[in-house]
Amino acid sequence: MIWRRKKTTERRAPKSLRRSFVTPEGVDLQLDLGGAGERAGAFLVDLLLILAILIGGTLLLWLIFGNIEESGASAVAILWLLGFFVLRNGWFTLFEMGGRGATPGKRLMGLRVVARDGARLTGGAVIVRNAMREIEIFLPLSFLAFRGSENAADTALTVCALLWSGIFLFFPLFNRDRLRVGDLLAGTWVVHIVRSTLGRDLVAAQINRERWTFSDDALDLYGIYELQTLEDVLRRGETGAIRTVATSIRHKAGLPDHGDDYDFLFDYYAALCARLERDMLLGRRRADKFQAA
Amino acid sequence: MSASLGAEPILVNATRFRLANEADWARLERIVGTIEKKSVRALDDDDLLALPVLYRGALSSLSVARETSLDRALVRYLEQLCTRAYFQIYGVQTSGWRQLRAFVAQGWPDAIAGLARETLAALMLTVFGTILGYLLVRHDAGWFYDIIPDGLAAGRDPAASAASLRATLYDGGGDGPLATLATALFTHNSQVALFAFALGFAFAVPTALLLVYNGLMLGAFFAVFVPKGLGGEFGGWLLIHGTTELFAIMLAGAAGFRIGMAVAFPGRLSRIDSAVSAGRSAGVAMAGVILMLLVAGLLEGIGRQTILVDWQRYLIAFGMLAGWLVYFYTPRRRA
Repeated sequence: MIWRRKKTTERRAPKSLRRSFVTPEGVDLQLDLGGAGERAGAFLVDLLLILAILIGGTLLLWLIFGNIEESGASAVAILWLLGFFVLRNGWFTLFEMGGRGATPGKRLMGLRVVARDGARLTGGAVIVRNAMREIEIFLPLSFLAFRGSENAADTALTVCALLWSGIFLFFPLFNRDRLRVGDLLAGTWVVHIVRSTLGRDLVAAQINRERWTFSDDALDLYGIYELQTLEDVLRRGETGAIRTVATSIRHKAGLPDHGDDYDFLFDYYAALCARLERDMLLGRRRADKFQAA
Repeated sequence: MSASLGAEPILVNATRFRLANEADWARLERIVGTIEKKSVRALDDDDLLALPVLYRGALSSLSVARETSLDRALVRYLEQLCTRAYFQIYGVQTSGWRQLRAFVAQGWPDAIAGLARETLAALMLTVFGTILGYLLVRHDAGWFYDIIPDGLAAGRDPAASAASLRATLYDGGGDGPLATLATALFTHNSQVALFAFALGFAFAVPTALLLVYNGLMLGAFFAVFVPKGLGGEFGGWLLIHGTTELFAIMLAGAAGFRIGMAVAFPGRLSRIDSAVSAGRSAGVAMAGVILMLLVAGLLEGIGRQTILVDWQRYLIAFGMLAGWLVYFYTPRRRA
């Protein structure tokens, strides 16, 4: 069948959100872009915060000015209108102009807005990327509200309007870099800034027992990819995964099972790491197990 | 194949590398953490001086680690450390004041002056809309209700008497419902300005429609007041803040046009590069537009309620306009 063959031959590279990003010093930092889900999550958090502040502010105004007659009421209305205006337009812009380059929602998700060319994030760029929210979010919303308020409105027209505004809303899903229309115009993108601590050195760890040593044949089984996967398994420390991996390595290398899965893997990792590293420094980099040793 | 027990310690590069540099990385991490949590000002002089050196050290550690070590945790750690340090060193703003000064002295007028052609187009569309709106409503008063949304008229419609119309123009009380209406109008108009800008992305067509519509509303109001002999008075009432506000809306439309044109006709640049370069200058212009709208809001909220004499209103209106024009379009020396 044609379609099935096509599927197997045209194997596309996995769609990754890693982008190379070369600093002026010439080092590639390899940025992780924020995914669509995280971006939407961050936006929802911000939206909820804005709503919460709006409701809280309204209640506060009502508590303070609630019993004042006519003249007070209009002052309250003015305060409320201005507050709403500043919240709606200022929340994203002001937070992103700050040193952190992120709204509270983005900070929660570990995201940050940066300029695509690695330069400073300018105030102008922040204003552009957030002014575009008008057509991305508020336009579809106002169409929906319009539809809700006027039942007689032409359904076809509303659907067309929603489709048109939906293009902007779902724009990030249609491009590789997850750019909003605002990001596109402002020359920014949203990256993942993780904080991690330095994991302990697995090879040099002190142990109060004698190490297993392995024959060359046993160490020739795997390459760098497998080594680093093994590292992840060890660092995560899930008993089930360790059991599975240890069994499979023992089986392949033809080694007896002494029931000490973690110690076995620990020593195997150290030995494999030392060996692969030595080979690498000698110019023989073995990417994975499919490459000849 | 067999496994046996041995005692000799295993040494790899990553271990030695970690031992040699770990202290520096930890210090850089502490410094970057401080900047992220507080600000650069929270650092003492020693740390501030050490920051660039430590950053470059960490970058070179990253390069070395990638090439000589198989310890993925180490590479990941260095990647995130360098990335965080990079954005604290290269990605942050200069101080707010310096930025503001550069914006007022250079960025703002340059960005607006660069939009001159688009601004002219926006002006022509608005004037066209105004004349059209005026003629339509004069021809048939029914058009008024089609053009003006219900909430905006607030009693100022063709059916109102001359006396009540006059009252709406000189209702000086700062705490009447009119003050609320003024605020509502200000937020509404600012939203229109932002909208006109954002819609420019769709090849500028919706922006043009929005500007014409804005003109239509203007013309419709004029058509209500002029036949009652209140044209001049209405002009004063409108223009005291209107010269600033309408100008701002036109500039927002112009910024939208610039982006729409850059996307539609990118010329020799790629479409995205063209959009980005247009977006940069348009963004600066929009920051200025927002400030202008704030000024317009103040004029509307305070100036119009306290100044009730026509010639004074006109004086402020044209004084503001002249001020903006001189500020934006006077040729100045390039820095």
